[in-house]
Amino acid sequence: MEKKIAVEMRGVTKRFGSVIANENVCLDVRRGEILSVLGENGSGKTTLMNMLSGIYFPDEGQIFIEDRPVTIRSPRDAFELGIGMIHQHFKLVDVFTAAENIALGLPGPMRLSLNEVRRKIMDLANKYGFEIDVNQKVYDMSVSQKQTVEILKVLYRGAKILILDEPTAVLTPQETERLFRILRNMREDGKAIVIITHKLAEVLALSDRVSVLRKGHSVGTVQTAGATVQSLTELMVGKRVTLDIERPDPVRPERRLDVKDLTCVNAEGITTLDHAAFTARSGEILGIAGVAGSGQKELLEAIAGLQPTTEGSVTFYPKQGDPVDTTHMNAGAIDKLGIRLAFVPEDRLGMGLVGSMDITENMMLRTYREGHSFLTDKRGPRKLAERIVQQLEVVTSGVSSPVRRMSGGNVQKVLVGREIASAPSVLMVAYPVRGLDINSSYTIYHLLNEQKVKGSAVICVGEDLDVLLALCDRIMVLCAGKVTGIVDARTATKEEIGLLMTHTEGVIEEGEAG
Amino acid sequence: MNTAREPLFHIVKRDGVPFPKALAIRAAAVLLSLVACAGVIFALTGMNPLEVYSAYLSGAVGTNRRLWMTIRDSATLLLIALAITPAFKMRFWNIGAEGQVLVGGLATAAVMIYGGGAMPTWLLFTLMATCSMLAGMVWGLIPAAFKARYNTNETLFTLMLNYVGMQLVTFSIVFWENPAGSNTVGVIHQATEYGWFPDLFGQKYGLNVLIVLSITVLMFVYLRYSKHGYEIAVVGESENTARYAGINVSKIILRTMALSGALCGLTGFIIVSGCSHTISTSTAGGRGFTAIIVSWLSKFNPFTMILVSFFLVFMEKGAIQIASQFNLNENASDVLTGIILFFILGCEFFINYEVSLRRHGRKEIKGWARS
Repeated sequence: MEKKIAVEMRGVTKRFGSVIANENVCLDVRRGEILSVLGENGSGKTTLMNMLSGIYFPDEGQIFIEDRPVTIRSPRDAFELGIGMIHQHFKLVDVFTAAENIALGLPGPMRLSLNEVRRKIMDLANKYGFEIDVNQKVYDMSVSQKQTVEILKVLYRGAKILILDEPTAVLTPQETERLFRILRNMREDGKAIVIITHKLAEVLALSDRVSVLRKGHSVGTVQTAGATVQSLTELMVGKRVTLDIERPDPVRPERRLDVKDLTCVNAEGITTLDHAAFTARSGEILGIAGVAGSGQKELLEAIAGLQPTTEGSVTFYPKQGDPVDTTHMNAGAIDKLGIRLAFVPEDRLGMGLVGSMDITENMMLRTYREGHSFLTDKRGPRKLAERIVQQLEVVTSGVSSPVRRMSGGNVQKVLVGREIASAPSVLMVAYPVRGLDINSSYTIYHLLNEQKVKGSAVICVGEDLDVLLALCDRIMVLCAGKVTGIVDARTATKEEIGLLMTHTEGVIEEGEAG
Repeated sequence: MNTAREPLFHIVKRDGVPFPKALAIRAAAVLLSLVACAGVIFALTGMNPLEVYSAYLSGAVGTNRRLWMTIRDSATLLLIALAITPAFKMRFWNIGAEGQVLVGGLATAAVMIYGGGAMPTWLLFTLMATCSMLAGMVWGLIPAAFKARYNTNETLFTLMLNYVGMQLVTFSIVFWENPAGSNTVGVIHQATEYGWFPDLFGQKYGLNVLIVLSITVLMFVYLRYSKHGYEIAVVGESENTARYAGINVSKIILRTMALSGALCGLTGFIIVSGCSHTISTSTAGGRGFTAIIVSWLSKFNPFTMILVSFFLVFMEKGAIQIASQFNLNENASDVLTGIILFFILGCEFFINYEVSLRRHGRKEIKGWARS
């Protein structure tokens, strides 16, 4: 017998100005089922789910809950209908405990019995297999624990339909496995679960059915059992794509950058980077893996001269000439020494680019000082802008429209394009494909490889271990600001790196590290 | 739950509005504001709104003299707005223009009083201009230095310096009193006109206008095409990006505030030497604050500022006329200015967003009824 339908969306359309986020989308989720909503960034997955959770209101179409037409005008309406959404960015009060956060905002008698709340939370946790300490304050929690609180929060409110927006983006492989076990337990209990994702491996491992969105349209729903990575990718992208990342062997690697005992302490006095040491070589991609916030940002910024360091040294080895010690120098001073260091930061519009400026003006960011004129020269930058738009196939209404208006993939192409234009001897990129669709991601991988072959030392901070393992030559793992290991990417496994990501004592050296 | 209930209206962000449409929206806003003002005038006073409007016109530009007074004061307001724009573009909230203008005026008055008649005219003018700019620059640099070094809040700092400036003027008046006991400086060098702006093109205020318009053009070029202007824009947008690009943020803050303060000081020179020929605590007259409105309303475009400052001064001059002609107090005209500004600012919302009202009767959706 077919399972009962929990939610159905029929002919749903949502527009933002002239942009169509969803058009005539149909989707249904049954009880006791995990449905993946798959699509590239900007394909309208989150918008669609936000209409279920009451954040947006559809322009057209109808939503049914258990075959009853309903109108969801606010998150409160959604709650009353048993729909709970776990957003990508957690919405918890840091100074409250897990139990307090879960009880927050619930209707009830004047006197709140936290003991009662705790007991109910523990019942739920035991039922589905959560590990939680209800008295732990949120600021003491890891990302995965915070996520647990968020999920329990919606369960506590009696949600029968759970929507999770990219739940694994912030988790280690081990934590992801644990989450999946819990989700499967919920499925057995008859909950309807929707997960939004663009990671194909997870879709195949977890869900019963997959609904694929492409440019705001539903392009089909398939049974997971009969699907493969290749078939899903084609549905998602709309054409055949090759999924192999090439990895040319390093040619005559030479030392380009030496980092020794680099240590950073932030404004609160917490050590964010703890005696990190490594060497980057030309013709090689060095990957950096780690759970979000393990010191990746601090490491790259310290090298780029944007983060004060308390200990250690940074030394560049140019192709010709003597090594240059740039410890304690700011970005301007490093630039003046003629060191060709390119840096694609994680925060593209908050650090790498100026959102309100157009592509040409953003090209000037690195070179505007050149020349003795009081006025700026825009001819060179405009040529560069036009070249990047053409070569990297940047979609834009022109080189004079603000970069903030462009999509994430195009913004990243502009930023990477500018940084590699200076033929860098060291190229640092942080999360280079975050938020990018498959085609754009492969363009970026290709550009990194191109720089590698040209003899740059490429340092790449990434979050997708599959990609790091396929792209890099060596992978350095950070955990809580410490380097816990440097492994050979050609032989290492995901599990090995996963262990290093949570490993806090001692350093595991493997291959020819250092 | 009812199926057909829907929010009353949707607000949708626009991608960008074609220029004619934006112009039409703004024109409609001005028209509507005049209609609303007419309603308010009639409701409160029972007067004919058209008569009140014509009194406005007559008060602001009705005679040659009135027209030139309006132009003179617009030029002054415009120069202050130009002066503070680089700071605001850098997201440095300089609300101390009032004080910077005042110390500039004070420096000018000092040079005028002690130097008038004692040196050649060209030297007197050079000295007045230089001293006024230096004084304004110092007044701008003090908060900037603290901001750059200790990251203090510039809003409070610049505001407080306004009062220090006023006290300095009060203090100086004691020495320069004329006539004695009046507690005012009176018109300086009334008979000899030492250090007064000469007529230009046969106009008393021709020189004021020429200076301010030249600075308008220079400021436009500075902000749009110079390396300094580029740095200001980057720092204003994001200090992180600025540091990433190797820009020394502290240096830019200091340099920009030096420029901003110096231009405010120069305004003080133009007011004392070119308009009032005296100094008092009300020499700046709140224009340091009004200029902030001018600058933001013009979205930092120097040429738009010409229009905006003219409009504000026009309203002010007209207000004086209706106050005397119809026995309305000046607050009545503040009400009208407020209504007009409300409409002009409010229409920006309709330029950036589109509001669609609830549709009556929803479209049938294919396959709606489920078996």
